[in-house]
Amino acid sequence: MDYSDKVMDHFMHPRNVGEIKDADGIGEMGNAKCGDIMKLYITIEDGIITDAKFKTFGCGAAIATSSMVTELVIGKTLDEATKISNKAVADALGGLPPVKMHCSLLAADALRRAIYDYKNKNGLPVDDCDECETCCHDHHDIVEE
Amino acid sequence: MTDRIYLDHAATTAVRKEVFDYMLPFFTEHFGNPMSVHSFGRETKKYLEAARETIANCIGAEPREIMFTSSGTEADNWAIKGVLKGQSKKGKHIITSQIEHHAVLHTLEQLEQQGYEVTYLPVDREGFVDPDELKKAIRKDTILVSIMHANNEIGAIQPIDELGLICKENGIIFHVDAVQSAGVLPIDLKHLPVDLLSLSAHKFYGPKGAGALFVRKGTRIESMISGGGQERGLRGGTHNHVAIIGMGKALELAVLEMEENNKRISKLRDQLIDGLFERIPEIRLNGPRGDKRLPNNVNVSIKYIEGEGMLLHLDMLGIAASSGSACTSGSLDPSHVLLAIGLTHEIAHGSLRLSLGRENTEADVKKVLEVLPEIVKNLRSMSPLYEG
Repeated sequence: MDYSDKVMDHFMHPRNVGEIKDADGIGEMGNAKCGDIMKLYITIEDGIITDAKFKTFGCGAAIATSSMVTELVIGKTLDEATKISNKAVADALGGLPPVKMHCSLLAADALRRAIYDYKNKNGLPVDDCDECETCCHDHHDIVEE
Repeated sequence: MTDRIYLDHAATTAVRKEVFDYMLPFFTEHFGNPMSVHSFGRETKKYLEAARETIANCIGAEPREIMFTSSGTEADNWAIKGVLKGQSKKGKHIITSQIEHHAVLHTLEQLEQQGYEVTYLPVDREGFVDPDELKKAIRKDTILVSIMHANNEIGAIQPIDELGLICKENGIIFHVDAVQSAGVLPIDLKHLPVDLLSLSAHKFYGPKGAGALFVRKGTRIESMISGGGQERGLRGGTHNHVAIIGMGKALELAVLEMEENNKRISKLRDQLIDGLFERIPEIRLNGPRGDKRLPNNVNVSIKYIEGEGMLLHLDMLGIAASSGSACTSGSLDPSHVLLAIGLTHEIAHGSLRLSLGRENTEADVKKVLEVLPEIVKNLRSMSPLYEG
């Protein structure tokens, strides 16, 4: 597999691995049948994501995108974080092989789910599903190779 | 890096030195087209035919029963597609197994689109085809059975003698893909009831670009590649004589050293399997143990993690392996072989194949046993499925 140096760096030395006890939001995407599951935990203070951690079962790209999304999201407001696209995650990693683009979707969707989870728990207005069209489907289905 | 460890011999092997040296003069000195009349051509032809004879001798065949191809895949394609026409009056039903190589499976899928009917025999938990299942699947219109000798992923050696006998009793052509077993397991076509058998040079320390199809005398096969009169007019295209001559040498050496090599390599295999089981909890062996497993094959599933991650970590340490995980194939499904032996998707995704070869040593096994448990621990610590 032709991974960029950045992907290999995040795979070999993933940032923010672990769980957050009493996380404000948890987002889980994927399933073991497809070969990847990502679980993302976020802490939110005054509308800003102050901490993020992940656990991922999956290939090199799945682990690298998980790691990257935690880096991208810490310090962002909820609005900013919601706008992080799968492409932004892939770009931050110096690109992904085409067959691995779905891994970046996994990470971006896990993030949206975590934010959704937080908003839901706190009675905040929740964006409707247009915001996260992918999370309503299996993330593999919508990837064009 | 000189201290890399290659454990992917089921994918391909390096051309061994003796074979390489033997091939060299045929690039520049003895380059003639074996179909030419002049001395350059005659010279090449002499060696080409000697290679044919050697290969025939190695598998108990007659030289005229050996057809040269460009690869094992071509041989599989040819064997299957080439016999259909001669059987057209009899029917359009073909039997194979669920664990064949894609060279066979994809060929058959193509034929299904053309109106052929294919029965895919299941295998048991260890990966064996049951001869009784074959008997049950045979119909009046069955024209061909294609079953591999040894499986490339899990190393299960199929009872081809028994399967072949059933085919023979029923007057059905029997093709065997022996790409993984040639040079590793004894093959004696004088006694084996097999009509067609495929080989590939680069799996037994020969060069890439050369394969062979054994076609038993009396088996009608149609030409698939039209061209000059090569291979008795059945397979056109100028012979890749350098590679073919290399294939002959490589098979000769492999057969000569087979017993000694297998003894040594199967010992390494068992050390590797036992060592992994001692050091890694929640692991399972895919395929059988003992004599019915290829001497060089180890395939394990390691729970809670995914195969590609293991491969990348091993690769960073200079260790080459392979996996049946979807993520390494570019498809979304894990290996069809692992699913056929009853593994769930998640367990299949965590598979790792280590295939040994003649240059591997006990030190290589020791190194894997030293680093792999750490890699597994590391990946499991990241896995949301693992409660460790």
